[in-house]
Amino acid sequence: MSEETTTCKNGVNVAALLEAREALTQAPEAAQFKWRATCNWEDGTHARSSVEGFFGLGEEQRHRSEFSFDSDHPEIFASEDKGATPVEYVLVGLAGCLTAGIAAVAENREIKLNSVKATLEAGMDIQGILGIDSDVRNGFDGVTVSYEIDADASKEDIEALVAQSQKRSAVFDILTNPTNVTVEVKQPG
Amino acid sequence: MTRPNSDQMAGTIDAVVIGAGHAGLAVSHCLTKRSIEHVVLERGEVGNSWRHERWDSLTLLTPNWQCRLPDFDYSGDDTDGFMTMPEVIDFIDDYAAFSEAPVHAQTNVTSLRHESGCFRITTDAGDWHARNVVVASGACNLPVIPSVCDELPDTLHIVTPHQYRNPGQLEESKVLVVGASATGLQLADEIHRSGRPVTIAVGEHVRMPRTYRGRDIQWWMHAAGVLDEGIEDVDDINRARNLPSPQLVGSREQQILDLNAMTAAGVKLVGRLMRIRDGVAQFSGALKNVCALADLKMGRLLDTIDEWAESSPDAKSFEPPERFERTRVEHSPRLSLHLLNEGYRTILFATGFRPDYSWLDLPVLDRKGRIRHDEGVVELPGLYVIGLPFLRRRKSSFIHGTEDDANYITAHLENALASR
Repeated sequence: MSEETTTCKNGVNVAALLEAREALTQAPEAAQFKWRATCNWEDGTHARSSVEGFFGLGEEQRHRSEFSFDSDHPEIFASEDKGATPVEYVLVGLAGCLTAGIAAVAENREIKLNSVKATLEAGMDIQGILGIDSDVRNGFDGVTVSYEIDADASKEDIEALVAQSQKRSAVFDILTNPTNVTVEVKQPG
Repeated sequence: MTRPNSDQMAGTIDAVVIGAGHAGLAVSHCLTKRSIEHVVLERGEVGNSWRHERWDSLTLLTPNWQCRLPDFDYSGDDTDGFMTMPEVIDFIDDYAAFSEAPVHAQTNVTSLRHESGCFRITTDAGDWHARNVVVASGACNLPVIPSVCDELPDTLHIVTPHQYRNPGQLEESKVLVVGASATGLQLADEIHRSGRPVTIAVGEHVRMPRTYRGRDIQWWMHAAGVLDEGIEDVDDINRARNLPSPQLVGSREQQILDLNAMTAAGVKLVGRLMRIRDGVAQFSGALKNVCALADLKMGRLLDTIDEWAESSPDAKSFEPPERFERTRVEHSPRLSLHLLNEGYRTILFATGFRPDYSWLDLPVLDRKGRIRHDEGVVELPGLYVIGLPFLRRRKSSFIHGTEDDANYITAHLENALASR
């Protein structure tokens, strides 16, 4: 593996990703993953979520450590602002997904990235969540992601990286396409 | 027309070709040239799919000068024209006559099995035994309809390109066309012009100008070697084989049929159709990205052509390079439509086709129901397939690409016969 690592330009092990793609084409059942999170209410609008275990490649897997995330609302919402708002985590998820994708696609296309910076903005009319106007949706009315990329490549090649990253992005798909969501209530165990 | 007699049924023929379309007839001609005894079994008539499963206004995407089958060129005067379906049918009929193909028409294959080293082909007109079988039954037997609509109101009509003939069949109301391939855009265009306002749901698509630097795009792709690209030249052959057909229409006016032309005509663009629930169609919010991907990909094709043109001895004779306006997408395309409330009565699914292998009782299909093959040669010795998109080369998807493929698989078949 060490030789492959030295050929990496952006630190993404593309050889391993391509190997996995080949292996999973032969064994599609191993490609079935389950992502999980747990969340505990703390106080007020403050909640703490954590992720650690997930399922993939046919067995239970773990992150190297548990990651935890505080969510809350800013003071103008009469909250204590102990963490990012949940909708900001959505932007964090989108930015992380697209940016990782750009690095991986660049690696595969042998494009050296010098810097990649994304700025995200999502519009929201909070008349929706406040129940003021039922014609206003709760969620974002649009998301813009603006990339500034310095790379040893032409403008078209950089645009193609960004386009391909969206094409292969899980979070981009989750945001742009409908998903069934089931929320159930169990007796405390 | 002969039927298998008792001798043939008891004996074994060298090869059976299933399907008398352009691909089956090309194989038949190549087998005849190699003196390999064979028959061509055809469920209907010669060129059946071209005859019965195409809409009225369809013309080939390739100009007449490019249309050829093994040892048979286009012989008319309109070399830059595009054949209508009656002209395609005549072309294929003429080829069948020219090659004296041993076609058994009205002979529907109901089962293909492999027994004691030999193929048994069961038809509604008797059985055949063959050492080799070439499947040339077509790539577009069944329209694919995505599983997006569990339940639809009775007042909404689902139409596929196999049923569609002309706009007059449709109610005088709005139409949702799903799919932005050649089929989707051609039908959206004529339906919209008929006074039925069209919205087109656009997923991944292939944008291509009809003419470039003063010549037909097919001329450039042929000259620059793009049509000759083989399996080894593409990153992902499954992807190349499943690409939607390029947004082209074969017309004397050299009409450029792209999404900008659609928008200019008043057609509304929405993202890929994801789901229809309670009469509401939901569309992907990724429309801008699929358009950006198609624009970039077209740019790379034009770069390839320009590079070839600059290195050509005729470089000075070509018109200068052109670049086309990016696909215009409105700032916030609609994400949902309430179909009935907004006056839609028809959904036309131009979402591709797949072959019908329901008669193929052999373990040669992959988990997606496609025949596993290596350039038309199937794992099971003696079995071949032809007439599929990118079978061996990009041009395999077109009539003129059949010649190389038919030569290749019949050479393989002849060698295999000789070495038995």
